[in-house]
Parts: sequence; C-alpha cells; structure tokens
Amino acid sequence: MPDVILNGVVIEDGFAEAFDMRATALVITAPTLDWARQAAVTATGFATSIIACGVEAGIDRELEPVETPDGRVGLAVLFFSGSTTELQKQLLARVGQCVLTSPGSACYAGLDGVERLKLGDGLRYFGDGWQIAKRFGSKRFWRIPVMDGEFVCEGSTGLTKGAVGGGNLLLMARSAEAALAAAETAVEAMRAVPGAIMPFPGGIVRSGSKVGSKYKGLPASTNHAYCPTLRGMTASALGADIGAVLEIVIDGLTPESVAAAMRAGLVATVALGAERGAARIGAGNYGGKLGRHHFHLRDLLP
Amino acid sequence: MSALSFKLRAPPPQRLDLSALVPARLAGLDQAAIERLPIGTTRAPLAVGEAFAVRMGEAASIAFEGGSERFDNVGAGLDGGDIVLEGDAGLFAGRGMTAGRLEIRGNAGAFAASGLKGGCVEIGGDVQEHLGGPAAGKTRGVSGGVVVVRGRAGARAGDRMRRGLIVIEGDAGEFAAARMIAGTVVICGAAGRLPGYLMRRGTLLIGGAAEPPPTFVAVGGTTEVFAALLARALAPLSRLAAGLAEVPWQRLAGDMATLGRGEMLLPRQKC
Repeated sequence: MPDVILNGVVIEDGFAEAFDMRATALVITAPTLDWARQAAVTATGFATSIIACGVEAGIDRELEPVETPDGRVGLAVLFFSGSTTELQKQLLARVGQCVLTSPGSACYAGLDGVERLKLGDGLRYFGDGWQIAKRFGSKRFWRIPVMDGEFVCEGSTGLTKGAVGGGNLLLMARSAEAALAAAETAVEAMRAVPGAIMPFPGGIVRSGSKVGSKYKGLPASTNHAYCPTLRGMTASALGADIGAVLEIVIDGLTPESVAAAMRAGLVATVALGAERGAARIGAGNYGGKLGRHHFHLRDLLP
Repeated sequence: MSALSFKLRAPPPQRLDLSALVPARLAGLDQAAIERLPIGTTRAPLAVGEAFAVRMGEAASIAFEGGSERFDNVGAGLDGGDIVLEGDAGLFAGRGMTAGRLEIRGNAGAFAASGLKGGCVEIGGDVQEHLGGPAAGKTRGVSGGVVVVRGRAGARAGDRMRRGLIVIEGDAGEFAAARMIAGTVVICGAAGRLPGYLMRRGTLLIGGAAEPPPTFVAVGGTTEVFAALLARALAPLSRLAAGLAEVPWQRLAGDMATLGRGEMLLPRQKC
C-alpha cells in the first residue's frame, strides 16, 4: 500500500505493537500546585521503562480542587508494570519515599476497582503506632503523624489489568533539531489526553531499543535499524533524507486512551509539517506476534 | 410501586416488638400472612393486623404511619431497603442493622442504632440514652454505618463505638463517646459531663460547650487535610456538622487514663 502523505509528512503503513499491563492511578495533593508537582515528579522519577526501573510512571494531568478528595490542588499520576507484585512493591516504595516525605502532601486512590493495591495500608507502619485509621463510607484513610502535621493517605487504590503499555510513534526528521521540535509538539498534544502518560524524559526517548543483544543477559539493546549513524553499515530502516529519529512511548489505562494519545500526537506532528518537524512518522513493532494490541497509524489518522 | 405501609389503628396497648417488619422478612408474604405476624410482648397476643391497617406495596420500602414510644426494635436487623417511621420509636430502633436506611421522623428511645454494623439511621427528633451503645451482653456499640440525630441525644451516646459515624446536631448528654474504641462522633451542640471518658481511639468533635476530662491533653500541629475529608464526608449528612468540621480546632488527645490514642476536637475559640 502506498505511503500516505499529509502536509508533506509521510505516514508509514505500520503499527505500534503494545502489551497488556497492570496499572494504577494516584491523586497527590499539596498546599500548592508546585509542591504537588514536586511530590509527583519525585515519585515518578526513574520510571521510564520496566526494563530496568520496575515501573513506568508519569503525571497524567492537573486536578482542580473540586476534583480532589481534600479540596486542594493536585495531580493524577499513573503507574504501570508487567506484574501486580512489582507494581505493589514500587508503589509503596515510591509513595513512601517520595510523597510521604514531601511537605504538606496527601495521597489518594486515583482509580476505582474491585482489585486493590495497598497504599496507606502498607505505609501506616511509619506511624509507629501513632497512626490513625479513619473510614468514611467505603474508603479508609490513614493519618500518619509527621513533622509538619499529618500525612493523610488512602488505604488502598484500584488496580486495572486492562492497561496497555508500549504504544509508540517514531518521528523521523531531517535533522536532530527538527526531530526534537516534532517530538515536543507531539508530546504537548498527547499530554492533553487523560489516562495516558509518556514515561520517558520529557515524554521523549532517543534510544529506542530492540529486544535482545549480542551480549548475554542484556534484555534490550539499541534499535540499530533506526540509528542514522549506522545507515549504510546495517539493514537500516532510514532513508537518505533522515538525520535523526525520536520516539514517543505511550502507556494508557485503556487501549482507547493509548489510541487517543497516538492520534493527538500524529495530528500535531502532521500539522507542524515536514520542514519544521518530522518528515516521516512510523511505529515500532515486533512483527505483531508479541503484543495483542496493534495500533495502525492509518487507522489513527484524522 | 408504593411502599408497604402500616397505619397505626390506635395507641398500642402494650410494647410492640416490630423486628419482624423488615423487608427481608416480609418479602413474599401476602397481606393475610403479614397481618398474622405476632408483634406483642406480653401474655396477651397481638398480631400486626390488630395494631395496624396494612396496605400492601413493595416490601423493600416500608412506611409506618403513626408512631409510639412503645414501638420497639423498629428496623432491627435491617439488611437492605428502607423504612420510614412517621412518628416516635421506642427502644432499640435499628438495632444491629447491616445495610439499608431507617428514618424516624419523631423521637427515638434508648439504645437506638445499638450495635449498628452498616446502613444509615436518621432520627428527626431527640434520642434517649445509649445511642448506638452495646446491648446487654455485647462488647461493642456501633461498628459501622452512619447515625444522624437532628435533635438532642441522651447520656452515653456512642458508647463503646468501634467504627462508623454518629452525628448529633443538638446537644449530647453526659459521657458522650465514652469507652470509644474507634470511629467518629460529631456533636454540634454542647456535651454533658465527661465527654470521651475512657475513649481509646476515635474522633470526638464537639461544636458547643464542653468540659474535657482532665485526662485529655492539648496537642499541636495541623490537621487541615483530615478536616477537609471530614467536612466532605459530613456534607451529605448534615450541613451543620460539615460547617463545624471546617472551623479551626483545638485538638486534645486522650483519654490518657486508658490507651490515649483518641482525639477530641473543639472549636479553637472555645478553648
């Protein structure tokens, strides 16, 4: 099938291959948005890829006071992992070390669901016996005494097994500057989509990986087919006009949220045009045999 | 479909045990069967049909037209559906409820909501002593659910409460929240002598005049986040209580004569 060209940007006839993941969401509040963001950024730091971080995490969106349980400003953050056990472990470690410790913070469930992950129910022991449980309706909150007052934390948060990780766009541009401009534009548009995060630095990954390596024990290594410095030396996926590639990886609470984020990124990148941004847009996959979610770029076009 | 209603024919000649008149026990019964149910508590037998004019309706929703302080065990053991009593109730209204809603539009007698485990009990008027308290032989009072009293409460409201929420919009008698194990009691008015006596854990918020026992100690720090959560939890139940939750508090911990992990919250200007 011939390539589709929109506003000078070639949309490849490819698809992003994504995987089922376990995920949860939290609401982090604080006296100011700056401090809520500080807690959220810290808790979601070093959470770019489950390859080595255990969890993929990021800020979903800002929340108005009417949207949070305690009426303060806050942020919704999402955490994804391949296993419930790892997600639980990471959640307690990150909230315990990064949110509990942040001045004025409080932490609540951001996701409903029958299946639950421990939150305050696991962190309460920090109170050393002085913690207070308070149940309102079906929700239990823990009040843990800390040096600036109390850390209030909901007992548990919902778990979804219907999350999707690994949606992606490959933005191929004529220069590194244009690739970065395209990626920044795409990420900005994708951040407006609720229920999806882009876990890499600034939402962008420059080191796309392939499964495996020539070295024993390394689960992933550089995606040499998309490295412009290797074009000519190896079976490259890049044409002669491509000078740099950046990837955006998307995790979402549902397949629909991943598709919506990819669509938003595609539309924004196409609107930027080939001169200032990406000349080609593709997507990474493994031949379609590993992940059951296939997001075809053509299906996402407006 | 309209509610299954029981219209009181005349003031009852004896105390009535109305624990049989709950949705779970009336479902599937026809009018004759309902009218034959015994509700007397003396040697003189008394059936539903003698005391009430029964009008059939949806059993999940029960209405009593006319009340009496001789109506005992109204809504006892309720595990779903709703009961509305247009009048007064006697002893043990809503005893051991696990779910559903009991609304008493008049006053209620002693031990209302005794041992409540879930659901909601709303009393439009005053309630006598031992609101939510444990019945004889029981070790715990309210262990879940919500109780709202629009009027005043007698002595020992919330006695040995384990979990749940009690809101009293008026004054409370002596020993409010005594021996409390956990949970939340909000008294919008004044509290009588020795509120929170021997409470182990839990929260007692008093909006009116109160004399904390000497075994409560003032503590510092801020608890605004909890205040906001409490106010939001109270908002659908009582505007008065929700407003009270948002005022600055003086927090006292106690009762130090026992475990001492409870808290008494008093509006700051009253201390």
